[in-house]
Amino acid sequence: MSKPKFAMYWSGSCGGCEIAVINIHEKILDVDANFDIAFWPVAMDAKVKDVEALEDGAILLTLWNGSIRNEENEHMAHLLRKKSKILVAFGSCATEGCIPGLANLAPLHEIFDVAFHTISTDNPQGIHPQPVTKVPEGEISIPLMKDRVYTLAQVVDVDYYMPGCPPESHQIAAVIDLVIQVLQGKAELPPKGSVIGAGGSTVCEECPRKRGVKTIKAFHRIQEVAPVDPDICLLEQGVPCNGPATRSGCDARCPNVGAQCIGCYGPAEGVIDYGARLVTAFASVIDATEPEEIERILDGIPDPTGQFYRFNLADSLFRASASSFKKNGQSPAKASGA
Amino acid sequence: MSEQFEPVIIGFTCNWCSYRAADLAGTARMKYAPNVRLIRLMCSGRLDPTFVMKALATGADGVLITGCHPGECHYVEQNYKALRRYLLLRRVLKGMGIAPERVKLVWASAAEGTKLTNEINTFVEEIRALGPLGWNKKLAGNGHAVEELAVEEVAA
Ligand code: SF4
Ligand code: SF4
Ligand code: SF4
Ligand code: FES
Repeated sequence: MSKPKFAMYWSGSCGGCEIAVINIHEKILDVDANFDIAFWPVAMDAKVKDVEALEDGAILLTLWNGSIRNEENEHMAHLLRKKSKILVAFGSCATEGCIPGLANLAPLHEIFDVAFHTISTDNPQGIHPQPVTKVPEGEISIPLMKDRVYTLAQVVDVDYYMPGCPPESHQIAAVIDLVIQVLQGKAELPPKGSVIGAGGSTVCEECPRKRGVKTIKAFHRIQEVAPVDPDICLLEQGVPCNGPATRSGCDARCPNVGAQCIGCYGPAEGVIDYGARLVTAFASVIDATEPEEIERILDGIPDPTGQFYRFNLADSLFRASASSFKKNGQSPAKASGA
Repeated sequence: MSEQFEPVIIGFTCNWCSYRAADLAGTARMKYAPNVRLIRLMCSGRLDPTFVMKALATGADGVLITGCHPGECHYVEQNYKALRRYLLLRRVLKGMGIAPERVKLVWASAAEGTKLTNEINTFVEEIRALGPLGWNKKLAGNGHAVEELAVEEVAA
């Protein structure tokens, strides 16, 4: 009997999720033993046309790592959706846009300007990428950027969501075990749309730090708190910790080692807008009733957007900042060095 | 468009104060701008910032939050919580490029029908001056870079 097919693809991402999969160590051999790896550009050579040649639904499991940044990403998402029985949004980039999604705070032309025309870029000829370029042999093209970063589920139907930047290796291993058990008829798949490889609660629930009802008079950057009490909740020490809104699943990795949670597991179960939940959480620890004093305390969070949407902007209720919605072409004439 | 822009405003009211103030304004036949759709909560402390964001993201041009005066909340100090959420929420909105003035917090007791109608009328004019937000329309774009680009010739 031929083995079921497995694929993994990356789009707008950093590659860390691929590393996380390799990080499951010898478990990766189980993947190889149970699956025929049909398409995984990071790990092996395969061509898009090989995928196109497959029958629809021929791939049993596709892990999709990455946000939808350009039209090629979108095209591949549609292709792999069609060819896969189970499509998993794998990691924060695919589930919620993650760090690439922060590009949604700026219009496209600014992103291009920063990438190609600022002091940190060595670009003496002022090269600016064009969607289509004529060369003696004909025309060559590169994919058009989309107006903003999208999550996978915003462009295609997704079966399961696996959060984390990147997902923890033990969680990946557990999910792979589950799929193998399903193949062997020993387990059933969770309902479509489920979040897998994570908990149903918040990072605070898994965090061993003690919480009282303590309220704070100021927010501090963690390096300004000396010494940080190792046993007490960081938020109650005035360190902006995103644990109250963040999904459990990492065993509270960061607060366990003395750093605040920055929210890489995305919104906890039932949270509609991650930032809104944090506004509520942070507002309730502030010990002040006068507007002036509250404002002074809030000044301690210098970048609320970054604090509250570092991973979740592209999937937030607003999706992006107002400026990024302006109609922007990929290549404004004045920036192209012409 | 020559017609005057009519803002869509969602107003969250507290059952014990501002909702009654609005009721009082109604029974006393005081006139206020029809732009505000009032939603009753048990207390301003029930106001989840998600409600405000959802309203703005799905078509509202402004959101009015109302509650009992400081010290008069029926659930002791929930209106202070509302105040803190509101002040932090405004900062988040600013980061998203949304004028924080699109959200306003007003205290109004059950007896202050006149105050509430004045506040509503003022707020409607403030939002009218800011113009439409239209976030739902922004989100409905097809997601493709829209500007037509000239094909560039590269010398051999
Ligand atoms: S989720 Fe994090 S680790 Fe994974 S690709 Fe995105 S940025 Fe990298
Ligand atoms: S806020 Fe942070 S430090 Fe406090 S309990 Fe939650 S995760 Fe732990
Ligand atoms: S504590 Fe927060 S930031 Fe750290 S790994 Fe867990 S979810 Fe991610
Ligand atoms: S009861 Fe009116 S604001 Fe709390």
